[in-house]
Amino acid sequence: MHFAFEDEHLRFRDSVRGVLDRVCAPAAVRKVWEDAPAHDAGRWRALAELGLLGLLAPERAGGLGLDEVSMVLALEETGRAALPEAIVDTALVAVPLLAGLEDHGIADPWLGRIAAGEVVVGVGCQPNPWVAHADAAELLLLVDRDEIHALPRAEVRSEPLPHLDAAQRLFRVAWTPSARTRVAAGAHGRRLHAAAVDRGALGAAAQLLGVAARLIEEAVGYAKQREQFGREIGSFQAIKHRLANARVRLEFARPVVYRAAFGIARDLPARGRDASHAKLVAADAAAFAARAALQVHGAIGYTWEVDLHVWMKRAWALETTWGTSGWHRGRLAAAVLDPHEEAS
Amino acid sequence: MDLTFTPEQEAFRAEARAWLAAHVPRTPLPSMDTAEGFRRHREWERVLHDGGYAMVSWPVEYGGRGCNLIEWLIFEEEYWGAGAPGRVNQNGIFLLGPTLMEFGTPEQKARYLPKMARSEEVWAQGWSEPNAGSDMAAIRTSARLDGDHYVLNGQKTWCSRAAFADWIFCLVRTDPTSERHKGLSFILVPLDTPGVRVRPIPQLDGETGFAEVFFDEARVPRVHRLGEEHQGWKIAMATAGFERGLMLRSPARFQATARRLRRLWEARGADADPTLRDRVVRAWMDAEAYSLSTYATASRLIAGGSIGAEASLTKIFWSEMDVRMHETALALLGADAGLLPPVAPPEAAGWLDGFLFSLAGPIYAGTNEIQRNVIAERVLGLPRD
Repeated sequence: MHFAFEDEHLRFRDSVRGVLDRVCAPAAVRKVWEDAPAHDAGRWRALAELGLLGLLAPERAGGLGLDEVSMVLALEETGRAALPEAIVDTALVAVPLLAGLEDHGIADPWLGRIAAGEVVVGVGCQPNPWVAHADAAELLLLVDRDEIHALPRAEVRSEPLPHLDAAQRLFRVAWTPSARTRVAAGAHGRRLHAAAVDRGALGAAAQLLGVAARLIEEAVGYAKQREQFGREIGSFQAIKHRLANARVRLEFARPVVYRAAFGIARDLPARGRDASHAKLVAADAAAFAARAALQVHGAIGYTWEVDLHVWMKRAWALETTWGTSGWHRGRLAAAVLDPHEEAS
Repeated sequence: MDLTFTPEQEAFRAEARAWLAAHVPRTPLPSMDTAEGFRRHREWERVLHDGGYAMVSWPVEYGGRGCNLIEWLIFEEEYWGAGAPGRVNQNGIFLLGPTLMEFGTPEQKARYLPKMARSEEVWAQGWSEPNAGSDMAAIRTSARLDGDHYVLNGQKTWCSRAAFADWIFCLVRTDPTSERHKGLSFILVPLDTPGVRVRPIPQLDGETGFAEVFFDEARVPRVHRLGEEHQGWKIAMATAGFERGLMLRSPARFQATARRLRRLWEARGADADPTLRDRVVRAWMDAEAYSLSTYATASRLIAGGSIGAEASLTKIFWSEMDVRMHETALALLGADAGLLPPVAPPEAAGWLDGFLFSLAGPIYAGTNEIQRNVIAERVLGLPRD
């Protein structure tokens, strides 16, 4: 039992943060809101150069062959930067799904191109009602009952669904499954689908941790410079205690998310339960931080001009991505209260 | 990162489980806040010690078994999982003990630790005063140096276990010209010293878990001072760090409570408020999160790290979780919740006492309001008042 990240994990996190500070400042996210495509080829290549996109891909296909524990801190950074790109769906969900296909001939060329930062992959499966970034995705992995299908973008029809978080590009995707597009079925298909859901929940949870941390940072920064009644508002206990509460939630969400990463990396029996737990507590920490940060900012935080809503809206969007809190609470309750399981 | 246990750790777990199954009293002991209960709890500590389990993380020379903190957490899981009694010498073994190991002289360690491990000497805590509660630096109890002795005058209050304990560790003012955090020293006082008077204070549950302690020209040998003179605040803060951050409430205790809560839900949930199902699940989630966080803290400490202001995050989390769990249990029990033994139904056993005890958690060891100030100023970097 050793519950700590290794030095290389921390160094990788720092590198990712450094790059994101450069290529994904709040102004870049706001540019996406206004007119730019959510997918920026330069940003995507910068992430590929860090090794993030192919981190989970096997080395034979040009990846690093590492696991989710090595990735989770970096994903947290993508939340902290409110990265618009489809990093979770492509690098955390699609890569292992492709790598898990029996036919390496189909999967490996795609994996190589993902690792090189050349393509985005969209994933469409329950509990997500829609497909994120279907406009940028060259390949779509879509689930139909117990079957996984792989379709090029040209073979699906996508209808955009404008969203409160304008960097969140969601699409209703219509498509026709066929024997030609099917890449997995039966028990294998169900297993891949379940693993995709757990990884998606883990990715959203990791990003939510980063969003929560950033919201707290923003609020602390503001509370240290804004003065009222002749002193910084951060010296008032009403402000301190609200932000301390946000910090407590974040503190106790983190190890839950890291445990889920470990469980998925080792394919432990409790991986689904732990992924749901992670998604729930991370969403709660982010929602609480969003409310606290807005209240600490006061009216200025309610304006379009101040960046705060970059992270607030991401927090709200991620809460319903890869399973709403309600969905995860139901799944977790079933596991925790399962009458066939001894209370543990 | 590896969240699985080694074969050695699993073997230690199995060994502890077997020993506890053979030795834990079959019926719960009377409350440790009664004379009889205190005596029985002290006897249990002796049994634990003779089995080598009184304080597994202590060095062998002081009565421990030299385990690391991960093994301590494993032991705690087995201990609370077995329904074993509360630790009557908690102030000693979990708070003063680690402090002595860090700040004590070799003579002090040899003098106090083995007797503490056997609970031959049970410790009370003497920090708060009538006018120094949350504002602990307002301490006024004085210790005047007179030859080889300190002469103590003043009053401590809310001294947990003091009604029946043997010794008390106190923070007192050794420099009469000093103010606030300066000029304080950490002194160990036998409660049978002439000039020391203990007045038990009945608590919400009617028992006397804490007491006031009065000092009237009480003479204490100078060698009972822990650490340097006037450096008591630093030592007290280190003790507080152990207390809030790791040892006072090990996660296993809450995981055991969450399991009991699930069994109570199975017995009572069908007729209860439907929202209680979520609260039972929440109890499990919170206990797991606390356990994971503690394993991370233990891993950090083993790697040479330390506990700082983040201990305040921990104290808030477990104390408020404990209240929520017990509120949920009482809600599941409905009108039966307030019934006392022997008319209370069997599944209500322990919940009402546990609820009353949980309410003290956000108050003792530094109120949660003080902890929030600490987090805001020392973790988040917000300005002081």
